Amino acid sequence: MSAVATDRTRRETAGRRLRRAALDGAAVPVMAVLGLAAFWLFPNDLGLMTRIAATALYVLSLDLVLGFGGIATLGQAAMFGTGAYAAGIAAVNLVDEPITLLAIGGVAGGLIALVTGALILHARGLTLLMLTIAVVQIVQEVANKARDWTGGSDGLSGIDPAPVLGLFRFDLYGRTSYLFALAVLIVGYLVARRIVRSPFGLACRGVKEDPLRVAALGGSPKRYLVALYAVAGVFAGVAGALTAVTSGIVGLDSASFSWSAEALVMLVLGGTGRLYGAVIGTVAFMTIHHILASSDPFHWMLFIGLFLMAIVLFAPGGITSVLNGAGIERVFHRMKGGRA
Amino acid sequence: METVFGIVVDGAAYGMILFIISVGLSVTLGLMRVVNLAHGAFAMVAGYIASYAAQGLGLPYAAALVGAVLVTVVATLPMERLLYRRIYGSANELSQVLLTIGLTFVIVAGINYLFGPTLKRIPLPDALLGTVSIGPKSIPAHRAFVIGMGAATILGLWWLLERTDFGIKLRAAVDDPNMAAALGIRTERLYMATFALGTGLAAMGGVLGAELLPLEPYYAIRYIVLFLAVVAVGGAGSIFGSAAAALALGIVDTAGKYLIPNFGEFFFYAALILILFRWPHGFFHGRGA
Repeated sequence: MSAVATDRTRRETAGRRLRRAALDGAAVPVMAVLGLAAFWLFPNDLGLMTRIAATALYVLSLDLVLGFGGIATLGQAAMFGTGAYAAGIAAVNLVDEPITLLAIGGVAGGLIALVTGALILHARGLTLLMLTIAVVQIVQEVANKARDWTGGSDGLSGIDPAPVLGLFRFDLYGRTSYLFALAVLIVGYLVARRIVRSPFGLACRGVKEDPLRVAALGGSPKRYLVALYAVAGVFAGVAGALTAVTSGIVGLDSASFSWSAEALVMLVLGGTGRLYGAVIGTVAFMTIHHILASSDPFHWMLFIGLFLMAIVLFAPGGITSVLNGAGIERVFHRMKGGRA
Repeated sequence: METVFGIVVDGAAYGMILFIISVGLSVTLGLMRVVNLAHGAFAMVAGYIASYAAQGLGLPYAAALVGAVLVTVVATLPMERLLYRRIYGSANELSQVLLTIGLTFVIVAGINYLFGPTLKRIPLPDALLGTVSIGPKSIPAHRAFVIGMGAATILGLWWLLERTDFGIKLRAAVDDPNMAAALGIRTERLYMATFALGTGLAAMGGVLGAELLPLEPYYAIRYIVLFLAVVAVGGAGSIFGSAAAALALGIVDTAGKYLIPNFGEFFFYAALILILFRWPHGFFHGRGA
């Protein structure tokens, strides 16, 4: 299977691949250092930064689906919302151990992705887009109607998790929340990277590049896609649970069409098919959103609209491709003494 | 009995509005293979222009309708050249979604800047405010007018696509753009004309439907899923498919709102999933335009 999957990579020169690997390897330490630096530098914005970390994990899950499986979806929030509600309901009624809650969210997100993925992933193009939208709308509608469990449009509140590992209490200033979210994001990133580099991840990339060839080699494209969709669902579910645990509230908008679309926008800002692109895109999007939307939400829409159009027209690979093309990669090149 | 009659009339009127807007999307999707999420924004722009023409300039309803459609088409044609032409073809679905979502956001922000966030109305002429009696029943004149316009649109489009030179060329280009171009059909002009047709239909639907789909800046985002659902169910590029899908969805949605007001959305999307599971390419796939 890997013979198919490396089709595109084979075209890249060995040097390029090395640079890519270096970027990939640098991502985790850079993320940890910047994340901790932000913790000291912006003590008043911990709430926002916690949301950014959880959202980055969610966008990462979309990157798995879209960037590595080629599944265009506008329904990723179905998994995020299911995970958030599952963790929230469990926290209110059953357990309060944060890591258990994340696991519950992940299982819930993975299950819903497995079921709906098996149902809809035979479709392509517009039909698939519509089906993913329909799924997220139904999840939202169910959450809206099951008032006794979810609180309906009032939102689910009263989530009061126990200290992390029995040691670190969730404090009023959100310090624990932020560090917890950052840690979960980094662990999630490492796991995602492992998955992407595994034979399974390569096979999924093979399906994305050329499903016919995968089928000819004896693999089942649909089965790979459903499995990938389910795995990404686990990530989205954990991200939802993380949001529920750290914010203490779950709203209907966590399973909405617009939250799905926003994830797509963040991912594309950062660039699909590279895991660090998802993180960079989320940080950029949420930060600018925080600054602009606080004055007038329509300023924000104008800005993000123009930005999206510019990305499609001038930088189809996202922010990181600009960085890669013009900046970081060239620096790496020079460091190795190559021709600029 | 009264309820059933009411559901059918309101559902049909609603369905016809959905049809007029969605068939424009269906035509552009069928020919240019572009998922145009800004389609709802075009309908909204036309509605606002008509509202301004009727309330600000005091034009009569018919003039406001025609004027709004013309202005919208003229205003969007440059977009075809500058933006859409770069993303034609099914290969770059993601770019299409992103570019047109971006365009939608810009239009939403622009409309809000120009007209403010409040609900806008297009005042109806006296002739459309009364009722029309059909046998023992009477239905609101506006509903009857909308249903009539929808029927006229179906017939007009059928005639245009099946009986004119333009239609023949269009269907040829849908079936095989390269061969059509090789035979001397100017596909670029054809694309432009089709884009104008699609936008014009959106504009007409936006003005006619202002009573049913109220005009506010988030219109463009709120209803686009509905229009896409009609196209997906009806099959891209099929007039009669769009009409059948729009009427069915319109009546199902209205019936849901009348009879089981708490679960309308749920049944709508459940039906959508079931239909698309059974017919992944829509009801009427396979016919060209």
